[in-house]
Amino acid sequence: MNEQTPDTNSNTAADTAAIHLVDVNKWYGDFQALIDINLSVKQGERVVVCGPSGSGKSTMIRCINRLEHHQRGQIIVDGIELTDNLKNIEAVRSEVGMVFQSFNLFPHMRVIDNLTLAPMLVRKMPKAEAEALAMGYLERVQIPEQAYKYPGQLSGGQQQRVAIARSLCMQPRIMLFDEPTSALDPEMIKEVLDVMVELAKEGMTMIVVTHEMGFAKTVADTMVFMDQAEIVEIATPDIFFTKPKNERTQLFLDQILTH
Amino acid sequence: MALPTERPIPQAPPDGAAATADTKPRKRGRTVPPPTERIPVLRWARENLASSYFNAFVTAVCLVALYYIVPAFVEWGLIDAVFTADSHEDCRAASGACWAVIEEKHRPMFFGVYPYEEHWRLVLAVMIYIGAVGMTMIRRFWSYRILVPLWLFTLTSTLTLLWGGVLGLSAVDTTQWGGLPLTMVLFSGTIVVGFPLAIVLALGRRSHMPTVKAVSVIFIESLRGVPLITILFVAVNVFPLFLPQGLEFDKMLRVMVGMAVFFACYEAEVIRGGLQAISRGQYEAAEALGLGYWHTMTRIILPQALRICLPGIVNHVIAAFKNTSFVLIIGLFDMLTATTSVLQDPVWRRFTVEAYLCVGFVYFMFCFALSKYSHRVERWLSEDKRF
Ligand SMILES: Nc1ncnc2c1ncn2[C@@H]1O[C@H](COP(=O)(O)OP(=O)(O)OP(=O)(O)O)[C@@H](O)[C@H]1O
Ligand SMILES: [Mg+2]
Repeated sequence: MNEQTPDTNSNTAADTAAIHLVDVNKWYGDFQALIDINLSVKQGERVVVCGPSGSGKSTMIRCINRLEHHQRGQIIVDGIELTDNLKNIEAVRSEVGMVFQSFNLFPHMRVIDNLTLAPMLVRKMPKAEAEALAMGYLERVQIPEQAYKYPGQLSGGQQQRVAIARSLCMQPRIMLFDEPTSALDPEMIKEVLDVMVELAKEGMTMIVVTHEMGFAKTVADTMVFMDQAEIVEIATPDIFFTKPKNERTQLFLDQILTH
Repeated sequence: MALPTERPIPQAPPDGAAATADTKPRKRGRTVPPPTERIPVLRWARENLASSYFNAFVTAVCLVALYYIVPAFVEWGLIDAVFTADSHEDCRAASGACWAVIEEKHRPMFFGVYPYEEHWRLVLAVMIYIGAVGMTMIRRFWSYRILVPLWLFTLTSTLTLLWGGVLGLSAVDTTQWGGLPLTMVLFSGTIVVGFPLAIVLALGRRSHMPTVKAVSVIFIESLRGVPLITILFVAVNVFPLFLPQGLEFDKMLRVMVGMAVFFACYEAEVIRGGLQAISRGQYEAAEALGLGYWHTMTRIILPQALRICLPGIVNHVIAAFKNTSFVLIIGLFDMLTATTSVLQDPVWRRFTVEAYLCVGFVYFMFCFALSKYSHRVERWLSEDKRF
């Protein structure tokens, strides 16, 4: 791993951290969507974020690859601070992959072309090499036989696995997942989660927004609970699920676990 | 596996829940054919001609109208018509149509005032052009390796034939161009210049850069509100006043640019409609993969947007084809104007209807072919891509 030293002369935490959020604040117009967010994610750490609807989970992880910009505070990804500097944004995006709730595959391209597009255009990879890489990742998500179909011909679970493979083709060091299974029928959720568990086992740094608590218990190193634009609690899964410190966390867990 | 109360409410992502509904695998492989209908003709007639009292009534009215129109037209156009005549006297004697006028006048109608003995050049140019269009329409040839050389050849050869001045061909000034070749040159020029401009304007109008956006909006809105004839008048008569002394553009070129700009303003709005139909998720996915603006637009957004608004695009392309007849304002004789002037001949002026029907038919064939072809392209796209 190439060790990039951060431009900021910050504390030691930032040196080993893959992602470092310091006092991040974000507003949509007058509405404050993130309040003083502090979070540090280490290389290879798996973080699961949960919280009620509208609490700012998506906003937070979308700030990490600058799909949204924050107005105050610092976000440092792999030693690169996210500012208006386009070079930095480019650099961060090439390190960070993202998987969306609604897949967002490119419907006018075959699966294989969805996968090879960015490596060829951004990484300037030759076509043959990009296709070999793509087939490798399609095998890892268990759907190599779908390579020459269009996304509209696949099931939801298959589409989401293609979306994961597409992100992986850029060989990111960090993966962000925003409710990757929420748009799926129950019978397809498992196939997507299995792929994510595999990824976690291989040591990928991951931040996953999800309400799949079974998944969280299996893979998470750290649980983050958000409510009303704030991080309310950060804890290991053991503590988080058995004796959370905050009563809002307890309330939330009671709600989703009793169903 | 617990997610109940926390399931995000539908309002959260714009395209989340809706997307899954469409993404179920399509079941194919039904092997039993549907039962065949005994009397398909009767069934078709019942369903299409008389499915309700109102439908039956409309059908009846149409039948009566056809009863009066068709036989009369056949009598005039075929039975009593004169197809070849030694002189116009033969036509005067007949009670039906005089198609002989077309035989007599087709050269000035289709080729305008282009020097008579050089008409073979126009015939050759039109044949090359139609051949190239025909090839372009065939999907097998859709590759840059074929289309780019093909069109480079077509453009140079047709323009060389029209212009002359090289290879022993006598030079013919653009003011003498006319008829069908002129229509085709103007039309192609309008589309070739106008379509890329339309895309740039559409993207500009949606740009986040305030100046780019403002320029696009002003350009589109001011020119869209002006009749084409005014734009052409400005291009021909006013524009030269702003040019430095001695610098002059070809009049036909100026008109063509005027038409292209007018076409681009309308087309830009159609394309903008298509761009707006693309969900934000597509932009975000591209951004998250690290694609830049131009790659995102050319590879992801525009291919989808243009496919969505293809019918609207073709609409304006057809309009542009017919608008070429406005060149009459600078005294150029396109097919329609050439026909009008031909009919000044006192001997044949009685037979304007026949001549105009013929020109109308040529226009119709071009436009109809265009619209049929666009339907086919739509079908190809939806067959392949299933989106
Ligand atoms: N583009 C936007 N403009 C204005 N307000 C926004 C925008 N995006 C999100 N918000 C608001 O910010 C708040 C946080 O939204 P966010 O999408 O981050 O919530 P979330 O925790 O991901 O919720 P969910 O579980 O429903 O996905 C919400 O109140 C939302 O209404
Ligand atoms: Mg969300």
